[in-house]
Amino acid sequence: MASELNKLMIAEASAMLRRREISALQLTRDCLERIAAAEPKLHAFITVCEKEAIEQARQADARLAAGDNDMPALCGIPLAIKDIYATKGVRTTCASRILESFVPPFDATVIERLRSDGAVFVGKTNMDEFAMGSSTENSAFGPTLNPHDTGRVAGGSSGGSAAAVAAHECLGALGTDTGGSIREPASFCGVVGLKPTYSRVSRYGVIAYASSLDQVGPFARSVRDAAIILRTLAGKDHRDSTCSARAVPDYERALTGDVKGLRIGVPKEFFVEGMDPEVEKSVRAALKHYESIGASTVEISLPHTGYAIAAYYLVATAEASANLARYDGIRFGLRVNAEDNIALNETTRAKGFGAEVKRRIMLGTFALSAGYYDAYYLKGQKVRTLIRNDFERAFQKCDLIVTPVAPTTAFKLGEKMNDPLTMYLSDIFTISVNLAGLPAMSIPCGYDSKHLPIGMQLIGPPFSEETILRAGDAFERIGATKPRATAI
Amino acid sequence: MASGRRLFDEATDMDLAECYDLRGIKRRTPAAAMAETKITLEQVRHVARLARLRLSADEEERLRADMDEMLAYVDKLNELDTKDVAPTAQVGEAGMPMRDDEVTNQPAADAMLANAPSRERNYFKVPKIIE
Repeated sequence: MASELNKLMIAEASAMLRRREISALQLTRDCLERIAAAEPKLHAFITVCEKEAIEQARQADARLAAGDNDMPALCGIPLAIKDIYATKGVRTTCASRILESFVPPFDATVIERLRSDGAVFVGKTNMDEFAMGSSTENSAFGPTLNPHDTGRVAGGSSGGSAAAVAAHECLGALGTDTGGSIREPASFCGVVGLKPTYSRVSRYGVIAYASSLDQVGPFARSVRDAAIILRTLAGKDHRDSTCSARAVPDYERALTGDVKGLRIGVPKEFFVEGMDPEVEKSVRAALKHYESIGASTVEISLPHTGYAIAAYYLVATAEASANLARYDGIRFGLRVNAEDNIALNETTRAKGFGAEVKRRIMLGTFALSAGYYDAYYLKGQKVRTLIRNDFERAFQKCDLIVTPVAPTTAFKLGEKMNDPLTMYLSDIFTISVNLAGLPAMSIPCGYDSKHLPIGMQLIGPPFSEETILRAGDAFERIGATKPRATAI
Repeated sequence: MASGRRLFDEATDMDLAECYDLRGIKRRTPAAAMAETKITLEQVRHVARLARLRLSADEEERLRADMDEMLAYVDKLNELDTKDVAPTAQVGEAGMPMRDDEVTNQPAADAMLANAPSRERNYFKVPKIIE
């Protein structure tokens, strides 16, 4: 590998592209070379788009050569896209056998926006099938490995995007987050992962898992880079009626480094028994760093935290069972032929879905079925209200809440695969944020004694992305957590 | 770990008492699970029919056990009194935005049918429904 431009931050690469010090083609080729070298050990991608990426890079170079000053920051920047986004003409599998050969005839709104900015797509990344999982082990195409230790998981469900960014296979990536699927893999792989406020970003063309919880967001190697990507993603879309019409701020301008007077809430329920002491120590040290630059900390209470996972697995699986009804073997995707239409549906779905997807469809169908709706689904929605109210009360006392992202660092491959409930519990600190629809970001805050990254979660009130990004960037400026080279 | 609590890993096959895992989460021993089944094999088969999933005998048994454990776990929600709590269905901004009803796309039958597992002219083809 000659120039290693793939190791640049987006902000740096963007400035160098404008000054014509580097070309988008060089930058893209360095990413593709790194992908070719790293993929046999990592498996972050389901589909690598070499030919398309080279063509997009050439177009970006032509645009940069024409040189207007309002050139979008992402022009010529190589990104990786979770394989849950519809990409016109490029296979989109959602890591499922049922969509193994599906080629969308259209782009998701966010893909369209990135394209019009001139971004380069190096490929589609691996994930848990239909975004259901916390380790990317539920992919029909095999797991993604953690670039810091290939005996461990990358986290999930957006594990491929997190690993690709950590291993310098691209400069940034897109993920989706329904219960922690951006933040947990970001934490496990040592990168920045941002889940915006519910409704901040359009989900049009994003394959649905649980529609009242799903949100789109970026992975990057710095908070600034995440802010740059979010600027392009966010904003009204008439094709997604849940998407907010609020104006989109220039997030990069919020990165002033100043957190004086910021009140950081620390929920007592989040530092519970069962948490890895090294994770707790690292997050507590980060809080001290915040105090050293003028922020204050205050203990808060989120009393219903312990009920979040139970509420989530009723609400999310119920919505999933409805969303996944469309995979019937008739209009697109896999078909297994049978004697009649119902048998065709049943055998297609039996063959096309993996074990975890079947488990969630079954639980969700049960929770919605006659006689059980009130006891399960409605109860879950009511507890969701209590969890939202907890956060509303907490934000009267603080501007941001800081917690660990996950109770542990990356766990070993296979460690939790035979125990679904234990796997679900790895999302204990992230899931309540989705139930309340809040924005939250995972940023690296240290390493444990096994050299595995530790992530800190910053949670804010609705539409407080600027505050979250400002606080995350201020922490990076302290320089307490030096990014470490990956093992591969 | 609070002292005096029985650990899940230490429970015997005959154990019916409450026990906890290393995180302090209440778990049921397999014996306790058998004693208070949340979902029967017959119910699993009914739900599978509703969900249009053809399950093997092994899958039915495995799913029964997994669903049983999850349903026992979500029972903890019954510790909360929610009689006067309104349910949350959506957390986005209230209201449904209006827009003009304008055609913005063009008919593209070939593009739409390109992913069809089976087609004939501009139709999706399925097994015969009516004799």
